[in-house]
Amino acid sequence: MGDDRVIEVSGLAKRFGEVTAVDGVTFDVRPGELFGFLGPNGAGKTTTINMLTGLARPNAGPIRIGGIDCTSNPKAAQRLIGVVPDESNLYPELTGFENLCFCAGLYGMGKKERRARAGELLDAFGLAEASDRKFGGYSRGMKRKLTIAAGIIHQPQILFLDEPTTGIDVAGARQLRQMIAGLHRAGTTIFLTTHYIEEAERLCDRVAFIVSGRIVRIDTVERLVQPIQAKHVVQIACASAPPGVQGDLAESFPDVDFSLPGSGLIRVEADEPVRVGPLIRFLEDQGVEVSEARRLRPSLEDVFVRITGIEADAMRREKEKAGGGR
Amino acid sequence: MKLWIAFWSILVKDMRTYYLKPPNVTWGLIFPLAWTGMFFIKSGSGLESIPELLPGVVAISVLFGTTSVLAVTVTFEKKNRSFERLLLAPIPLELLMLAKTSGAILFGVANAFVPVVMAAFLADLSQVSWGAFVPAVLMIAVASTFLGLFIAVAVSEVFEAQTFSNFFRFPMIFLCGLFFPIEKLPVFLKPLSYALPLTYGADVLHGTVHGRHTMPFSLDLAVLGAFCAALFALSLRNIRRRWIA
Repeated sequence: MGDDRVIEVSGLAKRFGEVTAVDGVTFDVRPGELFGFLGPNGAGKTTTINMLTGLARPNAGPIRIGGIDCTSNPKAAQRLIGVVPDESNLYPELTGFENLCFCAGLYGMGKKERRARAGELLDAFGLAEASDRKFGGYSRGMKRKLTIAAGIIHQPQILFLDEPTTGIDVAGARQLRQMIAGLHRAGTTIFLTTHYIEEAERLCDRVAFIVSGRIVRIDTVERLVQPIQAKHVVQIACASAPPGVQGDLAESFPDVDFSLPGSGLIRVEADEPVRVGPLIRFLEDQGVEVSEARRLRPSLEDVFVRITGIEADAMRREKEKAGGGR
Repeated sequence: MKLWIAFWSILVKDMRTYYLKPPNVTWGLIFPLAWTGMFFIKSGSGLESIPELLPGVVAISVLFGTTSVLAVTVTFEKKNRSFERLLLAPIPLELLMLAKTSGAILFGVANAFVPVVMAAFLADLSQVSWGAFVPAVLMIAVASTFLGLFIAVAVSEVFEAQTFSNFFRFPMIFLCGLFFPIEKLPVFLKPLSYALPLTYGADVLHGTVHGRHTMPFSLDLAVLGAFCAALFALSLRNIRRRWIA
């Protein structure tokens, strides 16, 4: 294993009786990377996380975490990782502060250190005012935040996040995503499973799609999207599109197709990447005030549907039915 | 990594969240009191019967106290998935389970001394060999706790743990020589008596309180120790097979 891999999995398999939950999964995660693991319910995401974190034993396939063989020495590997499970499973009878101190104690942190770290995380996660309240009385979003704080209390090199925003309201989920992005920026390697594809698209460096226990595609979001993008599309927003502008544009830029999909919008399509500078200059010379020009591309959701044949909306509804809707 | 900090954290957390909670403290006091009262009244004899009944009441208090709380601290945490947090901690499973059971062992020992304190006000306990009595209580608490652990990891629900516990606990009241001498049991039941850990603990307690016992203390304690080791090893094996499968 090279130093440029903090998680390395090859031919990972897990069977429960006759059912094969994970079937020959191979991937690796690089240091500091935010790696997304996407798939519908029952695809094998949580089973994979359980094997990676030492909560389940694989039937086949080596797992190396930070260079340590996780199957033969799971406890050594567990020192390097933090885990945020798909359920907020802290202790309802303990306060937020006590929960964090307890979790720090599990990693051998001394009293002073764990109290300081717990206070620091409660501040960072906006839970300082609720630190003396019992976890059982927290809202769902607060529980999720504290569970993430508990997962990073010992400053792990690698963080496993299993469905971190499921069942949380929009504002809470947004806040959590910002926290995850912050951890990523700080250099933590993050393994994220989610069924919210737009979440993975926003956060992840690379994404793996898993369906029925098999990985069907792994790549960067950019590269995943590229093959299904037949044309390069740019949308220009302007204060108003004067009559005849479409014809003028077509005349000046013959290799490009133009259309006006809505008031003040000009859609530009081409076989080659569109150079927006000359277009904007042309429009401004015509007295058109351009406010925005942005590239339109297929979403990761489009890619997911294309590759897996599974409708993302159906997947989301199914998950929310099981875990509490957002 | 300082493993003792993890051990201590688990023990203190369990003491605070389970054992020192008013319902458990109440249970820990009332249950031995009820057993004591019941057997003293039922025996029909006077205060002179206290030394005869004390070993049985002590043993039964420990047995019921420890097995009941383990069903909650382990089965309940497994059910609500907070036990996963412990399994994910970088501490050996053996140490984790020792930490998890230490609170129950202390709870069992505390339970044992409720009838002892009561008896001290009502009878002369000066003849008790405390040097052997206390280790015997501790060993009974360890064996009962590990029996509770074995049961807790074999089931999925708290009510199943309680039901399964009774399958062991109630026969032990009659088969382990707590109140009825094993010699008076039907011949076909005697082998069963010697297959139960409490028989050996009760023998030491009888010996230390009123001097009548059937086996040497060293043998009793060695057999109890063997039961403790076997139950703990079986429980760990079951955890690995069922919970880290």
